[in-house]
Amino acid sequence: MCACLSEKGSLAQVKHVVLVLSGKGGVGKSTITTELALALVHAGKKVGILDVDLCGPSIPRMLSVGKPEVHQCDAGWVPVYADPQQKLAIMSIGFLLEDSDEAVIWRGPKKTALIGQFVSDVAWGELDILLVDTPPGTSDEHLAVLENLRKHRVDGAVLVTTPQAVSTGDVRREITFCKKTAVKILGIVENMSGFVCPHCSECSNVFSKGGGEELAKLTGSVFLGSVPLDPLLTATLEEGRDFLQAFPESSTYTAISQIVNTVLSSLDA
Amino acid sequence: MADVPNDAPEHCPGTSSDQAGKSSACQGCPNQNICASGAAKAPDPAIEEIRQKLTSVKHKILVLSGKGGVGKSTFSAHLSHALASDDSKEIALLDVDICGPSIPKIMGLEGEQVHQSGSGWSPVYVEDNLAVMSIGFLLSSPDDAVIWRGPKKNGMIKQFLRDVDWGEVDYLIVDTPPGTSDEHLSIVQYLSGAGIDGAVIITTPQEVSLQDVRKEIRFCKKVKIPVIGVIENMSGFVCPKCKNTSQIFPPTTGGAQRMCEELNLPLLGRVPLDPRIGRSCDEGRSFLTEVPDSPAAVAYQNIIFPFFCSLKTLHLVYFSLFIYTDVISH
Repeated sequence: MCACLSEKGSLAQVKHVVLVLSGKGGVGKSTITTELALALVHAGKKVGILDVDLCGPSIPRMLSVGKPEVHQCDAGWVPVYADPQQKLAIMSIGFLLEDSDEAVIWRGPKKTALIGQFVSDVAWGELDILLVDTPPGTSDEHLAVLENLRKHRVDGAVLVTTPQAVSTGDVRREITFCKKTAVKILGIVENMSGFVCPHCSECSNVFSKGGGEELAKLTGSVFLGSVPLDPLLTATLEEGRDFLQAFPESSTYTAISQIVNTVLSSLDA
Repeated sequence: MADVPNDAPEHCPGTSSDQAGKSSACQGCPNQNICASGAAKAPDPAIEEIRQKLTSVKHKILVLSGKGGVGKSTFSAHLSHALASDDSKEIALLDVDICGPSIPKIMGLEGEQVHQSGSGWSPVYVEDNLAVMSIGFLLSSPDDAVIWRGPKKNGMIKQFLRDVDWGEVDYLIVDTPPGTSDEHLSIVQYLSGAGIDGAVIITTPQEVSLQDVRKEIRFCKKVKIPVIGVIENMSGFVCPKCKNTSQIFPPTTGGAQRMCEELNLPLLGRVPLDPRIGRSCDEGRSFLTEVPDSPAAVAYQNIIFPFFCSLKTLHLVYFSLFIYTDVISH
């Protein structure tokens, strides 16, 4: 069942668009995108995830959607739904590759063209929020997303960092990117923020400490919160399971819920 | 012709693209006819210029990963430090992560600037025998963002290879961003005359990382770069208090070991998580000298040691280690 395409385009019935960005790779953008999406679905929202990491698409595995075929309807490409109730719609290049080990070895213009199609030609239908998961950097993919979303409002971006300076150093550049492209920064998430040993409960700052909060202060951004390094979170993502349903008592669940609530409040404001 | 000529429109696909002269962005460009005729796609003369420039560079090694944040820059920096501990060797470290250059910070060179001389750009020396080049040295502020499309990034990489006065170098280590895109294609293209000895692939144990790394390995096969081997980073964490090991990034599909077995590649080693690594990187110091007894430093030294042999024997050493480990584990 696909949505009707109104004259205004495939995003006409999407209420909010939020980018998930980081200058740095491997900080947890896809993880945070997935957990935000699941939390929003549990809160009764209809959510979409647009995965524009063309070289390293992580979203399909994290949501255990396998390799379904992408169909076309009159309104465009039908997104893949992660759930039978169709509350979580996804589009990723991961669905378009016959061989999941095949490398997408494309230069910028070709990436730009596909992202244009992902934004304009997917029949997203009615969504409360469309989350856009991005690769690290400030290059073709990021510019392509913003150019194609120009006709539609971008509510803002959530920036993800880990605590150490090597990470926040890149995220500062991403903040500059947002300022230059007039993307509102909804806030900064510090991921991998401390590890509590499951054997003795000692907390180790594996990737240093506090850098995310300092970065927020330095740049005048909202600090959305810290998410700890949690092997249970990593394992459920590996298996494509819903961490929030599996471990609702965990401190990671609490952290993610607080972040989601803050983001929702700033969107409704 | 430059990949993106100065008079090209904003969305120029690049003169070497299949769309050169044909895309909608090309309408009205003064170079449109040249591009459409294919004349602009003649082999880039820079390839030969770079081949000549790099005749003084004995070995070129790429550090790659499909995945971000696995420790490419950390390994590149520490491999360079370790190789440079031999005073008789000249080592060069080139950072082609244009959007997220980490090497200046990790090498303790933040704030350094590049100087021009008659023989080209001078790299920044962290030791007498260890030279570094990164776009980080060309930015005036830590907040400066490099918001460039592919063609402009390619032009920068060309300049790094052609215009930097590297001098006589035993090892040129090239640190790359994650992915299989412009930066990777450009490095391979511009070094096609000079040659690449091989690539070290970095991963972490979990499948979310391995699935991207397999793509990188395919990329290497497609562009014919020999894969020296794979390093599994962040491989377990030993709690400093109770000494129990936790798999923070669990190898749910067998980790790098199984991937290497399936793809017939050497597993060069596993490096455990150690908070002191991140701290050293943030402070711009080599953790090999800061905490030489840490299990992570020992793992790094074991991985790096065979690089001190000539690269001719490197493949043989790793191949024998691979066979030995395989025999031991069975």
